[in-house]
Amino acid sequence: MIENLMLGVQTAFQWENFLYAFIGVFIGNVVGVLPGIGSLAAISMLLPLTYGLNPVAALMMLAGLYYGTSFGGATTTILLNLPGTPTHAVVCVDGHPLAKKGRAGSAIFIAMFASFVGVSIGIALMATLSPLLTGVAFMFGPQEYFALMLMGLLAASTLTTGSPLKGVTSVVIGLLFGVVGTDVMTGVSRFDFGLSTLQDGVSLVVLATALFGIADVLTHAGKLGEGSLTTDSKINRNSVRPEKGEIKQSAKPIVRGATIGSALGILPGAGGTLAAFMSYAVEKKTSKTPERFGKGAMEGVSGPEAANSSAAITAFIPTLTLGIPGDAVMALMLGALMIHNITPGPAIMVEHPDLFWGLIISFWIGNFILLVLNIPLIGMWVKLLQVPYRIIFPIILLLISIGVYSANNNIYDVIMVLGVGIFGFLASRLGFQPAPMLLGFVLGPMVEENFRRSLLMAHGDLLVFFKQPLSAVFMSVSLLLLALVAFKRLRKTWAKPPQVQTA
Amino acid sequence: MNKLVQKDWPSALFILVIGLGAVLGSKSYTLGTLARMGPGYFPTLLGMLLILMGLLMLVGPRGDEVKTQGTWRGRLRPWGCTILGMLAFVLIGQYGGFAPAIFALILIAAFGDRANSTKTNVMLASAVTIVAVAVFHYGLQLQFPLFVWG
Repeated sequence: MIENLMLGVQTAFQWENFLYAFIGVFIGNVVGVLPGIGSLAAISMLLPLTYGLNPVAALMMLAGLYYGTSFGGATTTILLNLPGTPTHAVVCVDGHPLAKKGRAGSAIFIAMFASFVGVSIGIALMATLSPLLTGVAFMFGPQEYFALMLMGLLAASTLTTGSPLKGVTSVVIGLLFGVVGTDVMTGVSRFDFGLSTLQDGVSLVVLATALFGIADVLTHAGKLGEGSLTTDSKINRNSVRPEKGEIKQSAKPIVRGATIGSALGILPGAGGTLAAFMSYAVEKKTSKTPERFGKGAMEGVSGPEAANSSAAITAFIPTLTLGIPGDAVMALMLGALMIHNITPGPAIMVEHPDLFWGLIISFWIGNFILLVLNIPLIGMWVKLLQVPYRIIFPIILLLISIGVYSANNNIYDVIMVLGVGIFGFLASRLGFQPAPMLLGFVLGPMVEENFRRSLLMAHGDLLVFFKQPLSAVFMSVSLLLLALVAFKRLRKTWAKPPQVQTA
Repeated sequence: MNKLVQKDWPSALFILVIGLGAVLGSKSYTLGTLARMGPGYFPTLLGMLLILMGLLMLVGPRGDEVKTQGTWRGRLRPWGCTILGMLAFVLIGQYGGFAPAIFALILIAAFGDRANSTKTNVMLASAVTIVAVAVFHYGLQLQFPLFVWG
């Protein structure tokens, strides 16, 4: 354990790795502050830039981008009441009233502090739990993998906001995107529409930037107004400090939030948004003065912020040790690893210990850098917040075009990204979320391969998925999730009185 | 209003079209059996799942999750400019080079927002072109000729 952590420290402090982790964190922070760009868009756009790096530096940079955008997003959420990512949506509820009361500085500090503590707890958990999980993962056969992926996909699509039926549908559309390209088992090229670029499948960069970049621009362009700060008091480095007793007051919510976040982060599919909402609910319930919530309760910022940050870290556990990403960001991380020819899974800690432990240490360093960086730079972020979206979106389009082009030096990929982007925009207008689609796309080939392999070995007996205890548990949870969806839908039908339908 | 109007027809149709496309498209690949699946088996299965879900959407009540995302009116300009800007990038990138392609993309896209004046757009496009050429062409050595003649 100690040796492993030492290896991690060594790797993380190697000049190149440290530099790219810092670049990732810094760009992430800047981009996260800008209204209208979330983690997913930022990571997708910068993914091609990491192709030339060594895998450790590449992943550190991408991870840095992830928590950097998350950190920056918290600032925007509190000051503008505009959550850049769904994980921050609940922070708006109390963070923004705090800003209106002129306490934006201390709210931002507490949010940063809570994130940092949450991340530290998540890291400790990751370092202790991952080796154990790896032991379990070695017992996995194709049916366990298939069952676990099915559970993860169903959890990710049914437990989020919006219609569960549409969530599951999005996953299936994503799986279909994953089918495009050469079939691993027979070598037949499927759904390539005669295009040679499609024989290798739809590229991850194209799909991710289309779904999260182009579709977002189409949604927001001409609609997202100027950001207006609602706080009169000047925010500078001197105002970013907690008021008396605030850290003490936040200690318990932070610990509770981090516990909820770490637990939910590990489960595939659940993720940070749910953790943040749960932490908020817990704080409101346990508070002696629940009426303050919604009007600027500091616990409503610190708890959820600790929860989503620790969930962001523990989400890496299933991604790295099992090779199964819980949400769209993790799917991008997984895709990045595979581009570097590293197969995530139980073997990763044995074959690439430097990557695994280096990444853990770099999380901690990165978040420490963020904490130190944000206090002096807050004045700059406030200025950056005021850059209107009408200036930002043409630049986003350019970055997407260049990013997609640079991946293959193929100008026609830009047309493909535009096409897929329009598709994603139409889909999301109809209520089909892009995040489960990306998750389905990344897992698609693995789902298909393990499904086919299981049935090949079992001579077509579908009950094979219930014969081993582990896969039986995963399958049962999956069926339970489906039953839950069906139940919700039926209840809605019954609850609707007939006169409403004829009205 | 009758019962049919309340159904989520657009979503159901969207899914049914994709599902049918997948099933029909898979016809050209070998289906195989459950024990020995061919390349066509999995996509056919997915297509049928989609068709099933599309039908479910027509059977059940319309979810109240459908947000009113505003009307289409007044949004055609940003959409059109975004799409035209990217197409211009591809065409001009192919026949004119990297620098004019950047300029065209930014200029056209920026017109998508009514609040941007022509002067702002030209200035933005020029500034972004200079920075992007410096960063991507000279800094990151992107393989994309700056200017193409003829």
